[in-house]
Amino acid sequence: MPDIKLACDIAEQVEAICDKHGNDPGELINILHEAQHLQGYLPEEMQRIIARKLDIPVSKVYGVVTFYTFFTMTPKGKHPISVCMGTACYVRGSEKLLDEFKRQLGIDVGETTPDGKFSLDCLRCVGACGLAPVVMIGEKVYGRLQAADIKKILEELE
Amino acid sequence: MKTLSIQDLERIRKSAQADLQIREESNKRTTEASCGLALGTPSLQVLVCGGTGCKASASHDIVDNLKKAIEENGIADKVEVITTGCFGFCEKGPIVKIIPDNTFYTQVEPKDAEEIVRQHIIGGKRIDRLLYTDPKTDKSISDSKHMDFYRKQMRIALRNCGFIDPENIDEYIARNGYFPLATCLTEKKPADVIDEIKKSGLRGRGGGGFPTGVKWELTAKQKADRKYVVCNADEGDPGAFMDRSIMEGDPHSVIEAMTICGYAIGASKGLVYIRAEYPLAIHRLKVAIEQSRAYGLLGKNILGSDFSFDIEIRYGAGAFVCGEETALIHSMEGKRGEPTLKPPFPAEQGYQGKPTNVNNVETLANIPIILDRGAAWFRTIGTEKSPGTKVFALAGKINNVGLIEVPMGTTLREVIYEIGGGIKGGKKFKAVQTGGPSGGCLTEKHLDTPIDFDNLLAAGSMMGSGGMIVMDEDDCMVSVARFYLDFTVEESCGKCTPCRIGNKRMLEILNKITEGKGTEEDLRTLKTLGQVIKDTALCGLGQTSPNPVLSTLDNFYDEYLAHVKKKVCPAKKCKALLTYAINPVNCIGCNACAKHCPADAIIGSTRKPHIIMPEKCIRCGMCVSRCKFNAIVIC
Repeated sequence: MPDIKLACDIAEQVEAICDKHGNDPGELINILHEAQHLQGYLPEEMQRIIARKLDIPVSKVYGVVTFYTFFTMTPKGKHPISVCMGTACYVRGSEKLLDEFKRQLGIDVGETTPDGKFSLDCLRCVGACGLAPVVMIGEKVYGRLQAADIKKILEELE
Repeated sequence: MKTLSIQDLERIRKSAQADLQIREESNKRTTEASCGLALGTPSLQVLVCGGTGCKASASHDIVDNLKKAIEENGIADKVEVITTGCFGFCEKGPIVKIIPDNTFYTQVEPKDAEEIVRQHIIGGKRIDRLLYTDPKTDKSISDSKHMDFYRKQMRIALRNCGFIDPENIDEYIARNGYFPLATCLTEKKPADVIDEIKKSGLRGRGGGGFPTGVKWELTAKQKADRKYVVCNADEGDPGAFMDRSIMEGDPHSVIEAMTICGYAIGASKGLVYIRAEYPLAIHRLKVAIEQSRAYGLLGKNILGSDFSFDIEIRYGAGAFVCGEETALIHSMEGKRGEPTLKPPFPAEQGYQGKPTNVNNVETLANIPIILDRGAAWFRTIGTEKSPGTKVFALAGKINNVGLIEVPMGTTLREVIYEIGGGIKGGKKFKAVQTGGPSGGCLTEKHLDTPIDFDNLLAAGSMMGSGGMIVMDEDDCMVSVARFYLDFTVEESCGKCTPCRIGNKRMLEILNKITEGKGTEEDLRTLKTLGQVIKDTALCGLGQTSPNPVLSTLDNFYDEYLAHVKKKVCPAKKCKALLTYAINPVNCIGCNACAKHCPADAIIGSTRKPHIIMPEKCIRCGMCVSRCKFNAIVIC
């Protein structure tokens, strides 16, 4: 993994988050939530800072980050796309939507386009099952979507 | 604000009840005539669904537009707009309900707000195009009580959802909220509370169905300096959203129940473990906790008693296995959410090694009303061994998708055909999946089974948290089994071998079968392997993970056989087993398919029948969605 140095102010903010939680290892997940909020992902350097502050091995932080799907070590695109793979969406054809996104963007699930515009992920049930199949792009929910609509939506977001 | 006394609580109830009266009264009657200011109605309330489903369709913009129109018309003193929790009828959302005439508007858009204010609220005339049309009679229905979707429902856990403003504690108090807690603190000993819950026969709604009162008793018996009450709000079953709706629509019922539990088991601290993916539920819960604290209903010496209790929120981070009690506790301690062997049970050694009682959201939502109305009342609902109701998230190939609550003992047929309005597009029912990734698929022959914990288990599925996904003839059961197993493999924590490796092998076999490379031997292996995983996996996730495969093997063996022997997918879902072709009789040569084919696999000149080249076709189905002449055949 490339050794990216964090901007000084981000590093300070991460330390402040750890301090706020009393540098308590029991608060690790809450700390990671807040730290991820800073830049949208948890780069290695950030995890090292947290490990140092909490006085636990960095392997332990890494172990937790990789265990939970909510945490990510890759930066998301400007328009993060999440295709709902909950059961209700699945039986109403979300797999076809996912295939079409992959084809249109040329990336796989968990990846970001080289220009940083789009990233593709799956999520499990946003609870808008009445609108199945559902795709979330950023904060916006697209309901009752068909594969044929995708090209247009991506063009609009260019 | 100072700590409330019971007299203060009584006073708040009285004044809030006056505000709620108009809603309570409308709730009791069915009105035919519409109301409006021009018709002399003194005041109206507009309830707008603020659940996640309706918010996804911009219901917050509806609220803004309604308020704006009300302001512009100078009627703000007579009309109140209230954002409520989920009404349940998500298929027809966003929902807007007008009180006092009970008009139930469906699929409302922000641009309709002005018309609602002008024509209905002021003019007193209903807007027909926004009313629900009964698919059977083709007539529009204005009062939800006349809709099949609501007729058979009984809302206990969801009693306040879609009725009160979840961000207003006074409305909860007006509905007798926090009085059960007050009665416990002043009149009941902890043992009496536990006894009442035991008598009610309430069983855990998170899936297992363990008697709640017994669980409380186990934790109460432990001697320790600290104990914890944990609310499991890590709703991980894809396709189930009842816990979220309760937290969004009635967060105080969860807070009150946790406090009562704390009193009963001797704990002074509660923790809610909630999915970070539920921002709205988190927000509402935070607001509710703050309001309870401000009233002294959380904190030191609640209602002047010597009992103190407070609640903190802990966030999950997307791991299905954390729905398992021991995994959840590890996750709350900031660790990887890996389960450990039971015993010791959390009741003995849980969070930070202390006795911990873990209950699911829906279970907790039942507690205050059981104590309010009594165990005997609760027992009159549902079946003998599973009293009460159950909330289900009804979804899939069904006309009325939504959140429903029915008494235990209701049959699947009633749920699917009466409440659910039958199968979408007039297709044939094939299966209903209950219990999510831990459950199984039930078929036609199970439709008249009364739903309760034991019957579903006996039928080879389980209650689970309440996801209910309906499938029609177009769904391939092998693919469905593969879908669930794919989920389990991804969510397996990796700690025990049967789950980590066994499920992976099963998934590989299923992939093989859907690609047309399976053998009959594979089907036997799936069965044996599934049974071994069930018997040997460490936790609930692993022990139940083969259920979707085993139940489909039991109920749809012929379909598996068709995949492995004839290499066909009868439901035409498994891509590798399909061939796309063009029927020259129907094809008019419009070029639409060829133009949109991403693989350039379709050739033919304009106004002449086209041809699909099988070696180039990637079977994406784009041509089918583009063809207006039904000329593409899949075989």
